[in-house]
Amino acid sequence: MALNTPAMRQETAASDNAIELSGISKAFGSVQANKDISIRVRRGTIHGIVGENGAGKSTLMSILFGFYRADSGEIFINGKPTEITDSESAIRAGIGMVFQHFKLVENFTVLENVILGAEAGGLLRPSLARARGLLKDLAREFELNVDPDAKIEDLSVGHQQRVEILKALYREADILILDEPTGVLTPSEADHLFRILKGLKEQGKTIILITHKLREIMDVTDDVSVMRRGEMVATRVTAQTSPTELAELMVGRKVLLRVEKTPAQPGAEVLRVENLRHVDSQGVERLRGISLGIRKGEILGIAGVSGNGQSELLEVLAGLRHAEGQVVLDNEALPLSGAGCDGQARRARRIAHVPEDRQRRGLVMNFHAWENIALGYHHDPLYNPSRWRMDNPAIIRDTEGKMSAFDVRPPDPQLKASGFSGGNQQKLVLAREIEYEPDLLLVGQPTRGVDIGAIEFIHQRLIRLRDAGAAILLISVELDEIMALSDRIIVMFDGRIMGERMPDETNAQELGLMMAGMA
Amino acid sequence: MDVATIVQVLESTLRLATPLLFACLAGLISERAGVFDIGLEGKMLMAAFMSAAIAYVSGNVWVGLTAAVFASVVLSLVHGVASITFRGNQLISGVAINFLAAGITVVVAQNWFRQGGRTPSLSGNARMQRIDLPFVDVVRDVPVLGPIYTILSGHALLVYLAFLCVPLTWYVLFRTRFGLRLRAVGENPAAVDTAGVSVVRLRYGAVAICGVLCGLAGAYLATGLSAGFVKDMTAGRGFIALAAMIFAKWRPWHAMGAVLLFGLLEAVANRFQNIEILGVGVPVQAMQALPYILTVVILAGFVGKAIPPRAGGSPYVKEH
Repeated sequence: MALNTPAMRQETAASDNAIELSGISKAFGSVQANKDISIRVRRGTIHGIVGENGAGKSTLMSILFGFYRADSGEIFINGKPTEITDSESAIRAGIGMVFQHFKLVENFTVLENVILGAEAGGLLRPSLARARGLLKDLAREFELNVDPDAKIEDLSVGHQQRVEILKALYREADILILDEPTGVLTPSEADHLFRILKGLKEQGKTIILITHKLREIMDVTDDVSVMRRGEMVATRVTAQTSPTELAELMVGRKVLLRVEKTPAQPGAEVLRVENLRHVDSQGVERLRGISLGIRKGEILGIAGVSGNGQSELLEVLAGLRHAEGQVVLDNEALPLSGAGCDGQARRARRIAHVPEDRQRRGLVMNFHAWENIALGYHHDPLYNPSRWRMDNPAIIRDTEGKMSAFDVRPPDPQLKASGFSGGNQQKLVLAREIEYEPDLLLVGQPTRGVDIGAIEFIHQRLIRLRDAGAAILLISVELDEIMALSDRIIVMFDGRIMGERMPDETNAQELGLMMAGMA
Repeated sequence: MDVATIVQVLESTLRLATPLLFACLAGLISERAGVFDIGLEGKMLMAAFMSAAIAYVSGNVWVGLTAAVFASVVLSLVHGVASITFRGNQLISGVAINFLAAGITVVVAQNWFRQGGRTPSLSGNARMQRIDLPFVDVVRDVPVLGPIYTILSGHALLVYLAFLCVPLTWYVLFRTRFGLRLRAVGENPAAVDTAGVSVVRLRYGAVAICGVLCGLAGAYLATGLSAGFVKDMTAGRGFIALAAMIFAKWRPWHAMGAVLLFGLLEAVANRFQNIEILGVGVPVQAMQALPYILTVVILAGFVGKAIPPRAGGSPYVKEH
């Protein structure tokens, strides 16, 4: 199928392809992660690979980098058939990989990380000196500035990513694979990354960009391949396709990229926050006097680069952290410390919380779906009629209802949370919290790591909850999401509120500046 | 207290610190590579028995030493197979090795020598001979320098080797390629793996070095410090070495400082068995318990924040 696409119909000599994969298949047990995949990547281009979570993108790239062996199929590098058995042979073939989760030694310096595994000899000093010189050249050429003597743990994620790219370049990689590189970056860091990638392309390097963000694909790639359920469904020249077409190819049906919603009908103010302050356990002041209000039937979005106090604000309101100041819910004060400041008490006040990290805070990963559905609501008389012995069959029945209401797949209450995909895990958490019809929903990163189909569904559910009259406080590092869902937007920077905007009166540039503390 | 007593105590400090130092560096290298090893004790004990038994049979202490190192490395590799290849629990594997050594040494000693689970006393070439540093007799009476030189002189070769291992370990860890990779594999094995270096080979290397050092520790214990093997003669030294390693926060020079402190306490406890404080006699047992009490006190309160290598204790499983 891939061979009939316009990009592939161009007659290209074999050596014009930096990479050619032919008939790659890989199965994990009964799961076929990659099915007969063929793809050609032209040398000196940026080639995007898109697909939902679980479509097999990462497996394919792991095969290319020698993490897994393919069950069948062939790999050609620069036209030559190449056996890639481990990372070492991938590096030798000129492939460098920047993983989504960086593979850096946190308490080593940048230099030490760069030379690790590619040292010039038995002693370190000459290797370090050589790397220092090379790093200086690369920094000048590609805007890859990092302090060579800084420890990784002291660097921002954007800089850590540069170290990963430097590692690959130090090993003289001609082909660079980046797996979801912008997931952890601010908008300006992402722009910087793309400038670097374009610079590398001009030097003749070939870049494979794996992402689920269609905007990035449209902005920087030359070609794009789409994967769905382990198969390569299409390859297109980027200039000849559109985000709508790509989204359809990814999901296999028509998808709404815009959130459809009617204007909010805000009612009375539900929550009033005055001069909220919070100092964390390390003694750092995370919230420096936050004041805001949320009304019934509106979504208040909080934008900001992660680490500027949004998470703390969410957790203070959810009763997970102590704070000073005043919070009033329905004309009655919410305790910010001591008795009455815990998740249980908050739930009693009809506040629901969808935590930012569903795997660590939202779910117990090796509990069954039905056990997770009961968590936090285990005192509900339906689940626990005698206040002593849980009525498990009732919980399971209730879970079945919630799973079908939220289209959780597979709809099996006995499956462990870890057995669901990221999107379905998130739907489980949302089902648990939303089905209790809270007055105030605190929701953090509702669609982080969730695929397009599930994002659409989750957004619709949040809008429906708003339209039913609930107040929603939304925190997200995805500016697009904030702008699409919110009825009002507040930008936080360094524990303070930088300002408030209406979504239809602002744009990403303005918000980006505010998020960087420059407005 | 006169100078002679102080000299005596410090001399014995060096001797008592030696097995601790070998074991401590052994643990340090293994844990720096991400393999926790509470089997130091068992490996030392096995090495102590093997060195004494083989030295007695062969009449040559160096043959005994070789056998000790061999036995200890074999146990290390058992630990390696369990915790690196089969990704088992490192603590359980270590505990198993301790039990194995505690039992097997006594049983085999009884079977071979029929002396109640001990080896016959060693003498002559079956023991480690002391080495006098040059001119020690000439320098002895020089003030200040004399006593110090006397303290340093007259120890077995392994004592000098142990202290030489400190700068050596430091150099290897922090100035060589092997050291960089070893430290990296204990912090983030995925980084090493994706850099094209074998995690398994590095960890086996570290575990083997750990075995060699534990072998030296045990051999010195049985053929240098004492003259033969007795049941459970390591007496928790493997655990004290672990405490010293944590106290030193996995740094070689600090490890030397820590084991000297433990050695000093043991030396003091040995020398002053009947001590009176304010007219009340302190029982011998209290003095002998001192190093162990200190272990608890130090670990509970004085270490501050000791951060072990981040990947320590967990087997490496490829994922992305």
